[in-house]
Amino acid sequence: MSSSIHSASPNPVIDVRSVTRRFGSKTVLDDISLQVERGEVFGLLGPSGSGKTTLIKLITGIDKADGGSVHMLGEQMPKLAMLQRFGYMAQSDALYNELTAKQNLTFFGSLFGLKGSQLSKRIETAMSIVNLQDDLNKTVAAYSGGMKRRLSLALSLLHEPELLILDEPTVGIDPVLRQSIWQELSDMRRRGTTIVLTTHVMDEADKCDRLGLIRDGKLTAIGTPEAIKASSGSATLEEAFIVYGGGVRA
Amino acid sequence: MRIRALAIRIIRQFVRDKRTLALLFLAPLLILTLMKLVFNGNTVEPQIGAVQLPAALVERLEAADAEVTSYDDFQSAEQALKDGVLDAVLSLNGGKPAIELEGSDPSNTKMVLLLLQRTMSAGLPAVAPDITYLHGSEEMASFDNFGPVLIGFFSFFFVFMLAGVSFLRERTSGTLERLLATPIRRFEVVLGYLSGFGLFTLLQAALIAWFAIDILGLYMDGSIWLVLMMNLLLSLTALTLGTLLSSFASNEFQIIQFIPLVVVPQVFFSGLFNLDAMTPWLQKLSTIMPLYYGADAMRGIMIRGEGWSDIQLDVYVLIGFSAVFALLNVIALKKHRAI
Repeated sequence: MSSSIHSASPNPVIDVRSVTRRFGSKTVLDDISLQVERGEVFGLLGPSGSGKTTLIKLITGIDKADGGSVHMLGEQMPKLAMLQRFGYMAQSDALYNELTAKQNLTFFGSLFGLKGSQLSKRIETAMSIVNLQDDLNKTVAAYSGGMKRRLSLALSLLHEPELLILDEPTVGIDPVLRQSIWQELSDMRRRGTTIVLTTHVMDEADKCDRLGLIRDGKLTAIGTPEAIKASSGSATLEEAFIVYGGGVRA
Repeated sequence: MRIRALAIRIIRQFVRDKRTLALLFLAPLLILTLMKLVFNGNTVEPQIGAVQLPAALVERLEAADAEVTSYDDFQSAEQALKDGVLDAVLSLNGGKPAIELEGSDPSNTKMVLLLLQRTMSAGLPAVAPDITYLHGSEEMASFDNFGPVLIGFFSFFFVFMLAGVSFLRERTSGTLERLLATPIRRFEVVLGYLSGFGLFTLLQAALIAWFAIDILGLYMDGSIWLVLMMNLLLSLTALTLGTLLSSFASNEFQIIQFIPLVVVPQVFFSGLFNLDAMTPWLQKLSTIMPLYYGADAMRGIMIRGEGWSDIQLDVYVLIGFSAVFALLNVIALKKHRAI
């Protein structure tokens, strides 16, 4: 786990400053600021409905903030060209079920500007990372839930992004598969990929280098899992989450 | 290149979805065939009851293809009319002919009246006019008259539904979100959809037109290329309108709800029913109905043999509709991605 202290480094991969997002009269995100450093696994931890996905959408530039600013790799978001620089996996698998895995990969690969032998090579690599290389020509409809999740991950790896943004990557996945996905994520991190993910599973959050705790649209705590546990005086993240979520330090 | 990738993906999905292919290509043919069978059936012979009519008149009626039954008294003829055996009873009331009609079916009534009037006046010395046709011919059936409108309508209807549902699915399955998380531009999404679907609508338009003209023998006096072009333009309008409206639907059922709101009213203004019979302000509504322009041009080409100069206004209007809908589509996509 990362031991460095992450305080306002000069070149964060993601720089969110005082971001606010409202839907109608409801404030979904309230004055959130956080930075993600190069090469770290950053987890956003919070119950469903807390605003995690909205924050992810603001970071990716799919949605636009009502106040504050979001920078990714030094560029102000939203910006179309930046969509080439990160890989995104949404909560739903979002696959074309009637097509084969290969056709899905070819389609999204083309959208990222990959073609010919380069595309085939990238498809091969991405599918071997998620261990699906033997099922390339099966239609997605014949895939199991876990296989779909892995294919979905492979799709977001196709264009070798330096930043990977994953919304609940392991939700609804059995423990064995979850472990293998985490294995893949830490391999990627070793190769220098920055990873941002959301989760509401505590033991998963423990594996992140740093965590941001979100509750009701507010960032209640940010830091390494150890630091968060220590500062809240709790033995587990779950306790820490309750302490922060309960408004003691919010 | 992204447009091409999107078009290829749509084509691949289509090819794998046999049922939808069948709906797109076979359903319009089936319905057109049924329509032809229903509206081109043999003409009905009017059943006329004659109460003590002179033999000469009865002969004339029979010569005019009426089925005449003679009755001795009015009561029994009227009973037959009540029983639905007869369409009309013809009697002489003090030397003056009297006609009692069954009257429940206006088209039947008109046919009987026409026949009776013809036979009555046939006795009068008159110069038989020379009849020629500017458009159409003596054999032209009602199917020939509204067939062109139906060709346009089916292209419009099926493409509208398919485009709406496909685009909606892209949204509900989450693939639109994933699609928009790639560097594809919003206009590229719309153009990709247009070209992918465009291929199938082109094939469908060609198939429907060919089938109606060559197989069903629909009356055709103009250029097949113009018919194909109009049909394609109508499909494009349906395509852009369908994808646009799908942004306002949250499930397949809500797409179906657009049919009575958007598709059915167009049928009333498409020329299946006589527009001149409508209140003037209602007639004006037809100017915002894509199907009106498409049907107008199709009918002009097929029945009156109109050429480019006669239909170009319709062409421009349909292109305009498609362009506006496509543009609104690009804007509507902003709902799903800020840029």
